[in-house]
Amino acid sequence: MSVVEATPPVVPKNVRKTALNAVHRQMGAKMVEFNGWDMPVEYPASIGCGIVNEHMAVRTGVGIFDVSHMGDIRLAGREALAAVQHISMNDASRLAIGQAQYSALLYPQGTFVDDVIVHRLGEDEYLLVINAGTREKDFNWVRDNTCQFDCKVEHLSDDFTQIAIQGPKGVDVLQKLTDADLSVVKFYWVTRGTVCGLKNILMGRTGYTAEDGFEIYIPPDEATSARVWHEILAAGKEFGAVPCGLGARNTLRLEGKLPLYGHEISDTINVWEAGLDRFCKMEKPDFIGRAALEKAKAEGVKKTLVGLEMVDRGIARDGYKVLDESGREIGYVTSGSPAPFLKKNIALAYVPPAQAAFGTTVKVEIRGQGVKAKVVPTPFYKRPKKAAKSE
Amino acid sequence: MPYPTDRKYTKEHEWITADGTIGITDHAQESLGDIVFVELPKAGTEITTGKPFGTVESVKAVSDLFAPVSGTVTTVNEDLATAPEKVNKDAHGAWMVKIKVKDPAELNALLSAADYEKFVSEEAAH
Repeated sequence: MSVVEATPPVVPKNVRKTALNAVHRQMGAKMVEFNGWDMPVEYPASIGCGIVNEHMAVRTGVGIFDVSHMGDIRLAGREALAAVQHISMNDASRLAIGQAQYSALLYPQGTFVDDVIVHRLGEDEYLLVINAGTREKDFNWVRDNTCQFDCKVEHLSDDFTQIAIQGPKGVDVLQKLTDADLSVVKFYWVTRGTVCGLKNILMGRTGYTAEDGFEIYIPPDEATSARVWHEILAAGKEFGAVPCGLGARNTLRLEGKLPLYGHEISDTINVWEAGLDRFCKMEKPDFIGRAALEKAKAEGVKKTLVGLEMVDRGIARDGYKVLDESGREIGYVTSGSPAPFLKKNIALAYVPPAQAAFGTTVKVEIRGQGVKAKVVPTPFYKRPKKAAKSE
Repeated sequence: MPYPTDRKYTKEHEWITADGTIGITDHAQESLGDIVFVELPKAGTEITTGKPFGTVESVKAVSDLFAPVSGTVTTVNEDLATAPEKVNKDAHGAWMVKIKVKDPAELNALLSAADYEKFVSEEAAH
């Protein structure tokens, strides 16, 4: 076998660890380096985990993720809103206190610095949750592009252990551990409360799994992080909770067509190509990237992101070529994988708009062979709507 | 997991019996995780020592299978096309292909069960 990786017994130098690193290793997780972090990719079959089981737990019950590698930037001050508006593409003026929105930081070319979740925590206080691999770049970008505003920019990435409790039963698990009434917290809203005895903990009904769930932000010391992690797992036991690694996180987000930086979005891909139009508010006051996007819109896109489903036997993988029916190269796969819940082999790919219509037959080049696939509607997976209260 | 002593092993984590049955080791399946796809050559295909002859894919990764020795494929385990997860359940039972070994002396150069186990534990300690 060519790819048989063993978990390094010690974390390699220059690779960062979250406060839960020792816990993951004790649980026997397979550890890999991800964007400079030593992270669990999956937990061992001996304790009932593995990417497929972890993925299914989130779709049908609940899964717990350490996402402390994610970064956080706080903007606070009299002109915090104006600063956030200037550097992000969604309209932060629409946010009520306690509300969050998906957005992105753009370069002047209309391409991506990163995608972010903007939380409005107070009258003049915003928290941006950013990607692990782009922490420093994002912070420098935000700081350097907001100097003209009366607003303090702080890098809080190392101030939290961030744990995601994802799945239809996620709310029930967290409710057992907090005094806050979670039934009134809508999707993409936050609340604060006591969690596992820790006061004033931020809890957001957000996630990266295309499922209901919460992300909580607790103090970053190892002892507290480990205690809360184990308390969540124990509280989730009756709902079949399992710890989940980055492997399941990736397949879950792919089924839900949630973009991954460096794959569907990057510094060479613009908002229109990525199909994120509905999160980009051209009518709001000027923001970085807007002028270029206006021009790009008038010119039309040369490539567009589509969902593919494999028709013939084969799995499309990141970076594989997309061919037309005659075998001519027309694009590339940004993310491809078996989809554990849908039980299909799916992919996201950039192709010219002419080949983007649903039902179009294309081929994915797998080890030199063109394997048939078709363009399908996305997201591949959409969670069933629950009655009233959580929506 | 004890490695059966009725066969030989490679540093690429394949096993082969004296009669030319080839599979991957328990360590390999555990390391790969959920196996979802196995691509094998057709009967009659010649395979060459150290060269790839097939592919195993887990949810996460694509891995080549390398021929432990040279030979000609006589039988393919067709079961694995529809039930690749059998490799996770029983790696030392779920064989991939059977070959007619070209030069049985080549088998002598491969690792014994004890040597393979030692190799795996040393690899993990790196």
